[in-house]
Order: sequence, then C-alpha cells, then structure tokens
Amino acid sequence: MKKSSLYIMLFSMLFVILAACGKGGGGGGSEGAEGADKTAVIGSDAEDATELKFWTFQEVHIKFYEDAVKRWNEEFPDRPIKLKAEAYPYDNMHNNLLLALQSGTGAPDIVDIEVGRFPNYLKGEPQLLPMNEYVEPVLDQFIESRFDIYSKDGNYYGMPTHVGATVAYYNKEIMDQAGVDIDSIVTWEDYVAAGKKVAESTDSKMLALESMDWWSYWPLIKQQGSDFYDENGELTLANETNTKTLESLNGLLKDGIAELAPGGEYHAEEFYGYMNDGGAASILMPMWYMSRFTDYMPDLKGKMVIRPMPKWTEDGNRSAGAGGTGTAVTNQSEHPDLAKEFLAYAKLSEEGNIALWEVLGFDPPMWTVWESEAMKKDNIYYQYFGSDIFNTLVEVKDEIDSINMNENIPVVQEQLFTNVFNNVYRSQSQTPEEALKEAAEAVKSNTGN
Amino acid sequence: MIGRTAAESEIVKPKWSIKSFFLSKKVVPYVFVAPFILSFLFLFLYPLVSGVVLSFQSVLPGQTTFIGLSNYERILNPTFFKALSNTTIYVVLTTSLLTIFPIILAVLLNSKFTRFADLFRAAIFIPALTSTIVAGVIFRLMFGESEDGLANTVIGFLGFDPVEWRFGAVSGMFLMVLLCSWKWLGVNILYFMAGLANVPKELYEAAEMDGAGVFHKFRHITIPLLKPITIYVVTISIIHGFRMYEESYVFWQDSSPGNIGLTIVGYIYQQGFKMNDMGFGAAIGVVLMIIIFIISIAQLVLFGTFKKGE
Repeated sequence: MKKSSLYIMLFSMLFVILAACGKGGGGGGSEGAEGADKTAVIGSDAEDATELKFWTFQEVHIKFYEDAVKRWNEEFPDRPIKLKAEAYPYDNMHNNLLLALQSGTGAPDIVDIEVGRFPNYLKGEPQLLPMNEYVEPVLDQFIESRFDIYSKDGNYYGMPTHVGATVAYYNKEIMDQAGVDIDSIVTWEDYVAAGKKVAESTDSKMLALESMDWWSYWPLIKQQGSDFYDENGELTLANETNTKTLESLNGLLKDGIAELAPGGEYHAEEFYGYMNDGGAASILMPMWYMSRFTDYMPDLKGKMVIRPMPKWTEDGNRSAGAGGTGTAVTNQSEHPDLAKEFLAYAKLSEEGNIALWEVLGFDPPMWTVWESEAMKKDNIYYQYFGSDIFNTLVEVKDEIDSINMNENIPVVQEQLFTNVFNNVYRSQSQTPEEALKEAAEAVKSNTGN
Repeated sequence: MIGRTAAESEIVKPKWSIKSFFLSKKVVPYVFVAPFILSFLFLFLYPLVSGVVLSFQSVLPGQTTFIGLSNYERILNPTFFKALSNTTIYVVLTTSLLTIFPIILAVLLNSKFTRFADLFRAAIFIPALTSTIVAGVIFRLMFGESEDGLANTVIGFLGFDPVEWRFGAVSGMFLMVLLCSWKWLGVNILYFMAGLANVPKELYEAAEMDGAGVFHKFRHITIPLLKPITIYVVTISIIHGFRMYEESYVFWQDSSPGNIGLTIVGYIYQQGFKMNDMGFGAAIGVVLMIIIFIISIAQLVLFGTFKKGE
C-alpha cells in the first residue's frame, strides 16, 4: 500500500516536471534572454559591427527594426550595427526599465516606451537622451503634437511610432441590415439615430464600451477639445465636456444602443470573439487597432470600413490622436551618438515612415508621406478594410489634436479603470458627474495639486 | 642534537594549515552558520533596512530626497482601506477554509474505509506543483463571463443565470479564494496527515472501549492532538494571505473594477512601479510588515505558544 502511494506521487510529479520541460524546450531558436518573449539579433555579422540593445513590449515592433537595420547596413557599410532586440511582456519591460534607469545599470541602448507609462520616465531628471538635433530640422513634416507627448522642458525624448488618429470602424454588413447608409453618419446625433435602428432591427448593438480601459472615452473627449489635463497642466477631469460625454455614453447604454465590451476592454480575448461574431456594429478606435482586426478577427475581412468619427458639433473635429509608443535612447548607452543617429534614421526618415505603414500598418507621424505612391501599394490592411484608408486620414489631417500628457496621467488612469467606468456603467452606483468629481478629488489628493 | 631539536619544535609548534583551521572547534561553528548569517544580512536585513529608509524618501533618478513622514501621511486613504479590507476578508476565508477542509479530508484519507486513498492523496497534491499564474490563466478562461464559459455552463445546467465572475465583488473574491484553496489544499492535507501519523492508536481504542462515537473521537482526540500542526498551518496561511498578490494579478493585472481585487501587496506594486512612487510603495510595505507582525504575535499568544510548561 505504502509503496504504491509513493509511486503514484512520484509519477505524477514526474509528469508535471516533464510537461514543464517539454514546454521550455519547444521554443527553439527564438529564446535567449531570460524571460523574454522573443529575442532577435538583427544585422551585420561583421566583427566591427557595433552592438546595440533594444527592448520593446510589443513583439510586432521588432519587424520594423529588422527592416531599418537592414537598410542602415546597406547604406552605411562602414558603420555596421547589430541590433539585439528583446520583447518582454508590457508590465515586465516597463518595470525592468524603471529599475534599470533608477539604479544606473542594466538598461538597453534603445527602448520602446508606451505613452501611458512614458511620464514615469520623465520624472526627476530624465535618464533618456534628448533627440532635439534630429527632431527640430524635420518637425514641420510631422504631426508635431506626437513629439510633445514625449517631451519635457523643450527636450524631445521619445520618437513617435504612429499618429493614432481615431476613426470609426463600421461593420458594413450589420449597417446594411439595419438600412443605414454609413456615409450619412456625420454628427453624433446621426450616429445615435443610426444606433437606434441597429439596436431595433438587428441582433447587434451599435457600440461596445470599455469598462476597464479608456479607448471608448479618451478619444471622444479629446475630439471635443477637452482632456484630463489642459495645456497648462490643470486637472480638467470633471469638466463639463467630460461629464456630458460620459453621460451620452451612459445614455447609449441605458437605451440599449450600446453594451459593455465583453472582457471589459477592446484588447481582451472575449472581445475579439464577440466582435468577430458581429456583436457590435461599430467601434471608435485609433488607426493602430487595424492590426488587431487583421490578426484576431479574420471573419470581418471585407466587412469593415473606416470612416471619420462622428462630430459632436457643426464645426467639430472628426478625429483625435490617441495612444502611442515613444522610442528613446537611454543615458546608459555606450554608443549614444550611433544609437541616436540610428533611431533618427529609423523613425524620422521618409523610408522609415513608409515602413511603419507597410510593416506595422500604423498611420505614420510624418504626414508628408501620406499621399506618396509607396503608401498605395497593396497590403493586408487594404485587402481587409478597402482601398480608401488614407483618403479618410488625409481628410481629417488637420483635426487630429493629440492628448496632453503629464506625470499624473497614471493616477488618472487608475481612477478611471477602477472606479469611474465601473461605478457609472456597471454597478450604476454613481452618476457620471459624481464619479468624475470623486475621481478628480482622489487624483488631487494623490498628486498634491 | 640538531635533528632532535627540530623534531621537538615541530611537536611544540605545529604548522598552521587550512585543515587545522577548519577543524578547530572555535572556528567550525562560525563556518557552519556563515551561509545563513550572510544570506540573512544581505538578502533580508539589508533590504529591510533600505526599505524602511526608502519609505521616508521621494525616490526619483538624480533627485532622491528625504521627505519625512509625508509618505506615511498619505497612506490612510480610501484605496488603502479597500486593499486592507479585501486582504483581510481573503485571509479570514482562506485561513478557515484551508484549515477546516484539510483536517476533515486528512482524517477521511487516513481512514481504513476510504478506497483509493492513495490516488486521491496524489491527485489533491498535484495542484501545489503548478504555478499560480499558469493555473490562474486556466481559471480565468473557465470563469469567462460569456454563457459558453465552463463555469457558466455548469451553473446554467443548475438553472442559474450566467455570472460576470470577474466584475462583481463577491464573485471576484470567490475566484481568488477558490484559486488559492485549490492550490494549497493538498499541501495542508499533507501536514495534517503527518500529524495524524503521530496520534497513538491506543487512544482511539481506549475511547472506543468507553463507548465514544466517531464524532467524539474526532472532537476530543484528533483535534487536540493536531493542535501544534494547526497552529503552524494557521500561521503560514495568515502570512501567505497577507502577502497574496498573484491570485489577484492573474485575474485583473493591475487594476480591477471598483478595486475588488486590490490587495495590499498589489497596492505596493501599483504605487511603486506603475506610478513610479517607490517611497510611497515602501511605506505601504512597512505598514504591511507591522500588521503581519502584530497579528502573528496576537495569534501565537492566543494559542498559548508563549506559555511555558505546556
């Protein structure tokens, strides 16, 4: 009896251990650095190649640098580089970077930092290198505001990855079923009226709202010229526009025109499945969300169309810039000049910006390339969304205000994700006005201003 | 003469060697305790002290300054109390579940009437070998909010409406407690079974002769004799509960609706890393340490561990 129990124990342990090993060993050549999702050594094998280390939180971004390193090494054969790119999970990478910069050792040469976390790295004395010498000469060819969100005291630290122009994604099939002509939706009233039709005549809702993220809210208030903080850094979280917008969205929810996004956010597995099955007829999201459609919602291919956002007033904006990744050179780089020059080459050149579209499907921050021939070459995004993507973008080019960033944004984010959306949409324990006022108080007491 | 003197002097003054150094009774004890002392100093005492120092600072690159007690002044806010109450409820639930069930199951598994006891023993222990994160990801899928989720399908059979597990305060707590209990049940059963092995059979036989039933034997023999094990299990469950973090992280990452999943350690992480406010995070950590210390002492006093001669 005793012996058999021992054997069962041992075998079950063995099974578990073997299963664990099997998983570890299966990764093949893509492993390397501990804990990294993906590691790639890109570029020249030549001995004189300078090695630069790059961290990102988004595996897809590595593809862009593969392309950039290749072009660099062809163009400057006398200064070859070898880029050691490592992708880590979001939290993991930002925390490692924070500790590395805090302690003065262990940081990479170049790093991708997400816009929501960027303010953390600008606190105190930024441990990143200013890129002004490369940014200033070309600034007028770019959507300027995309540099402002990664800057402090007139120094530009982060190089933008996209504009993040927010657009409306409509599911044409559902809209046709409801008898709504998408192009007739111009104002927010039109949008709500169309939503009523959709809710009445189809099984879908017009819109899905995020309760644990801010994409269904932030772009909408930015579009109306409001934000969480104004240009002078004053907290405007509970101002009239923000309250009214939250009330409108909550109204859609109450009238059955919208519902809460399954999984609580647009990046949840549950949401991808729901949207793919035609759960909602539209969402308002930045351009960079295109790649989520192509990757996770294959059944909607050819059914989705991209249009400007409905405007709130007669002369209101039809888009807003949201989200972002700023790429920066750290002060721990052993080759700061080379790292900066390469980063500028990758992100601030015309070829680089075309590559942002071709490789990643992002709307490049250099607007001068938007109408170039290279942008019209067929790719998976045109095949998915139709050929008029950039017409929409060019149309709203001057209406893309960008978000105001400062070091308190993470605190605001916390309040919205945990309290505001939950208390208003889900538990309905507070009115939009109460929730925003309380959040604003909490932010003030937390940040001391 | 000369040779003899040399031999004599060798006897009088033995050559110093590494071997004799390590064999010396004065040195050896220090050599043996050195690994513990060193790891204690570098991995425990140093972080502890610097953590306490950090809690009085505002920590930013190039601008670290002492700011007195202002980190501590900010601690008593609604979010902290929410975290504290979540953690306390979690500790009470997990500690009671993980003490009561393992005792009952250990007695059942130990009974000669239970068939396939070995199989159950192994099966119940296996979850302890998995990582909380891996198991949690599976739990998250099982408790998805859609009607097709495993848990919702099961309660659907029983005639209940689907539940949005991750979005309600009660169901959220249920998920965390369930994950923790599932994982640690087997380990605690092992402790209690080891304790049961030390209970003399004669006591039961004597009790049976006196006409004691199953329940009386359990109440008056098993429970009192398992007391040392119970104290141990309760203590580690409480400490484990207060430093809980993974069970919450795996369901909601770093922000949960209405903070239903926020624990004290989660709050430290959120403030320290997400808000880049290391000083404040450290101050919460110090408060947590004090709380655990007080509760552990109180509990040991209640159980009478400090009384001599028992």
